[in-house]
This record gives sequence, C-alpha cells and structure tokens, in this order.
Amino acid sequence: MRVAVVLLALALAAAACGNRDQGAARPDAPARFGFGRAATAEEIAAWNIDVMPDGAGLPPGSGTAAQGLAIYARKCAACHGRTGTEGPFDRLVGREPRSGFPFGRDPRFVKTLGNYWPYATTLYDYVNRAMPLDAPGSLTPDEVYRLVAFLLWRNEIVTDTAVMNAQTLPRVVMPAHDRFVIDNRRGGPEVR
Amino acid sequence: MADVSISRRALLASAASAVGAHALWRVGHAQVPAQAPHTIVPPDPTKVPGAPLSELGRRSPFERPRRIPVGSAQGSSLAPLQDLYGIVTPADLHFERHHAGVPAIDPGRYKLLIHGMVERPTVFDLEALKRFPSVSHLYFLECSGNGGSSYRNIRPDLTPQLIDGLTSTSEWTGVPLATLFREVGVKPGAKWLLAEGADAAVMARSIPMDKAAEDALIAYGQNGEALRPEQGYPARLLLPGWEGNANVKWIRRIEIADRPFMTREETSKYTDPLPDGTARMFSFAMDAKSIITFPAYPVILPERGWFEISGIAWSGRGRISRVDVSTDAGRRWTPAELQSPVLPKCHTRFRCLWRWDGRETTLLSRATDETGYVQPTLEQLRSARGLGTSYHFNHIRAWRVRGDGTVMFGLEG
Repeated sequence: MRVAVVLLALALAAAACGNRDQGAARPDAPARFGFGRAATAEEIAAWNIDVMPDGAGLPPGSGTAAQGLAIYARKCAACHGRTGTEGPFDRLVGREPRSGFPFGRDPRFVKTLGNYWPYATTLYDYVNRAMPLDAPGSLTPDEVYRLVAFLLWRNEIVTDTAVMNAQTLPRVVMPAHDRFVIDNRRGGPEVR
Repeated sequence: MADVSISRRALLASAASAVGAHALWRVGHAQVPAQAPHTIVPPDPTKVPGAPLSELGRRSPFERPRRIPVGSAQGSSLAPLQDLYGIVTPADLHFERHHAGVPAIDPGRYKLLIHGMVERPTVFDLEALKRFPSVSHLYFLECSGNGGSSYRNIRPDLTPQLIDGLTSTSEWTGVPLATLFREVGVKPGAKWLLAEGADAAVMARSIPMDKAAEDALIAYGQNGEALRPEQGYPARLLLPGWEGNANVKWIRRIEIADRPFMTREETSKYTDPLPDGTARMFSFAMDAKSIITFPAYPVILPERGWFEISGIAWSGRGRISRVDVSTDAGRRWTPAELQSPVLPKCHTRFRCLWRWDGRETTLLSRATDETGYVQPTLEQLRSARGLGTSYHFNHIRAWRVRGDGTVMFGLEG
C-alpha cells in the first residue's frame, strides 16, 4: 500500500513537472532503441571540420601573409574591400580604438578581427567553412592558412613573414582575447 | 547586398499590406488594398454555388499578410505581427534569418551524425529520427537581434512587424535531444555540444549539454506538417527560449566535447558588448518582452470610444506571469488579461479594454515572467547594456496616440 502511494506520488510528480518532456526517459523506454547505424571513420572525417582555440582540428598546411595577398585580392576583396576596410560586407581590418573596448558604450566603432575577435583559430574555422560566399568550402588548407596569415598581418597582430600553421596559429593572442565574459543574466528582478 | 537598413520601399509595402489585409475601418477611411483581388465576388453568395473542393487550401484573396525581407540570402524576413491573431504563426509567415540562404535538402539523403565524446558515434537518417518517441510543444523562436530598430535611432513610422517581426511561435514536433544522447552514450566529462547545419555557411554553435537534458529537441514538425525549408527542413535543433541563431537549422552534425568550440557566431557575432568594456558571450536566454500589436502604426483610430488593446508577450525563461498595460504614458498600470493557455517559452496573447477619450496619450505594455523579471524601460536597458550593444533588445515599446487618431512608434512617457 505504501509502495503504491509512493509510486502514485512519483507518477504525479513526473506528470506535473512534465518530466518526460524535460529530457528524461519514458519509464517504459528501453535503455537503447537501436535506431540509427554506426558512423564510419570516413563519414566523421568528411564532416568534422571544426577548429578549437587550442588548435584541435587544424589540418596540416601553412601560409604567410605575403602568400595570402594574391588570394585575398582574387577571392575576398570584392566583398571586403581592397584593404579589408572598404566593404561592402563585413569590415575585417582595424585596430581602432587602440586602447579600451568601447563597443558597448559607443555604436560608432566597427567591430573587426583586430579589435573584437577573441580567437585566431575562429578565423581559420570560419573562412574554411563558409568563405568565399560564392564558393563556400572551396579553399585548400594552405589557402586558408595564407588568408588567415594575411588578415592577421593586416590587423598588425603577426608580422608579414610569420608562418601560420597548426602549431603557430593557436599561439596567436588576439587583442580582444581577455574581453569576453560568460553570460551572468539569471532572470529575477535585476536587469543586467 | 550589405544593406540591412529597412528601405522606404519595404516600409511602404508593410504599410500597404497592413492596410490591405487588416480591418479597413481601422485606418479611418476607405482604402483599396494595394493589389485588388482578382476573385469575382457575386453580389449575393447565397444565390450561386460555391467553389469546389481542393487539395490545398489558400488564403482568402482579401487577406495578404506578407513577410518583409531585409537583405537577400544573408538577411532576414520579418513576420507581420500586426496581422496575426492568437499566438501561433502560420508556417509561411514565420520569420526567417539565414546566413547563406536556404539549402535544398533531399530528405531521403538526410543524415544527422553524432560523434565526439560518445560511446557509439552514430548516423541517424530521417526515418530513424522519427522512430524515436516524439513530443510536440508550442515554443516561440526569436532572433536575438529582434527589436534592434527600436533601440537607437528610433523612428515613428515603425510597425510591429518592423520592430519585433523576428519572433514567431509554432508547435514543434521532434525527438528530445536527450533521447538521442542516451542512444549514443555520452561519455563522462562532456560539457558542450557543437550543432552544425548543412547550409552554405555550415553554421555552427556551441551549446551547453545541460540544455539537452532540459528541453532541447531535434524538430522535424512545425504546426502539424513537416518543417518549412526556411525553418530547417528536414530537421533542426530547437532550444526553447534561447536565441534563434543557436537553434541550428538543417542540422547535420553534433559533436560532443568538454569545452566550447568558439565559432564565429558565438564570438564575433551574437555577443553583447557592455559598458564596462567586456562582451557577454553565450547569452542564450531571451529575456521577457512584450509589444502591443494593436493599436500600432500605421493604424488610425477612427473615433473616440472603446478599443481592445492587444499584443504578445513572451519569456525565454518560462511563463509570462503578468502583462501590465498603461494608457497614460506610464502613470497608471493595469493588468492585462492573459489568454490561456499561458505556456512556458511561448508567445502569450494579452488583451485589455481601453476607452479612448480623444486626447493625445502613450500606450505601453510591460511583461513580467515567472522568475520575477520585469521588462525594463529603454533607459534601464541602455544603462545596463550601453547604447552600442548589439542584441537582446527587450525594453518596453511605446505607441503614441495623437489627437487625430494616428498612432506612431515613440519613446516612453
């Protein structure tokens, strides 16, 4: 009897909390359904393109700013401008203001790689996955490294002879690296 | 292409559609819809047989609700909030935001790969996803940039659509992400998942694993039918209450890890620069918000007398607990009636009767959610976030009613 009451209480609690909908398994569900099939190593490799701040995911290859200049002019300048500042799409180059991080206070400052991006590896990841707009995913690792080197050089973050590769890129410290904080909004009465 | 400002033409189109599709009397004088319907209407419909059955329904030719596209493949389109009743957004009017257009995906060749810190890296085709136990829930989905047009250079000729059209509510059907994670066996220490789409931007976001345990879905159904291509056909991630961008559409890969991936969309975009010289990242939850959708620009009140003020409120943190409305620029506030059901992380329709005395005034709505969060004033939000901040614009919206019955968007008070 007591067991039945406890079970009923549990069932009611589960129903009241919408337990099943909150991600918990149905009480009658098996540990596994066995749907889907094992992914092959080739399938994973073909799609696993992300690059993390510690360099995980960076492929072999390398490039310098000097090598990136010609690729930039051919494949990027039409959208981002001859020097990376003219647009019409996102402005890529710029360190202004040289000190401070006034973007919250002042909408006049344009965010660029040089003044806002916290990780150099993100640049590799994004150019590789999404650029150029009319031929996404078409660049070779060497081309991406060269473009990354060129853009970091244009933003005065590396020298024009610096070689960017899987070892050096994660060590590049971006100017805005220390500016980012985790969301501290929690609901409740305070406006943050 | 890069022009993301709202063009005069788009604005006029919106005004025309609002005038054409909504009750004509509300603009105070007879006005012909921008494009008159071609349907021949008999003088007396009871004296002629009606139209035959059909395989697919259509709207009345007299109703022309339209999204307003801003930009092209990389832009967004805004839902016509002022033309909608209740809380559900028709799927073909659901707002859009794409980073590289809408991909064409053959559901027969669709695959979702889950790998990384899992016991069994697995590929699910659409049929496999649909075999799992499913759930259906009404949730709002909102772009975190929604409301940006009302934050800085405020213009009086903004419609609800142009202010807050990047929010929509649908009934979403799918499989809880937690079910899929039990299937693949998540390894200890897993903290983040990367969700990646099959669009030309291969759009990707890092999501905390806790959200999967809470209420995340892989959704394949929207308002009773398959997802629309613009909403992620054939399957998308749905993170109830969280900023639209993280709800990755056309999802093809989930990688589980012990740390975030720091993609472009969670570093250089979708972060909130603050007045103290920092930028907030992973600001997923959409705070409580409301907007009056009637009366609102370009409506003209035809005469003094009774009107029903109506609008929507929503919170990414749970249920709306109350909406207060002021018809005197914020001096007095009255609780609005909330239409049941009031669902968590879902649009809630509020209504309130108002007798306009013909005098100039300002209408305001203020939402409170079940965490006790109160929709802030523009001043409060600017003080907390700064004038330059980029997302999460949930301040109180104000409508100025003039003596001649015109209603314009405006500042509070």
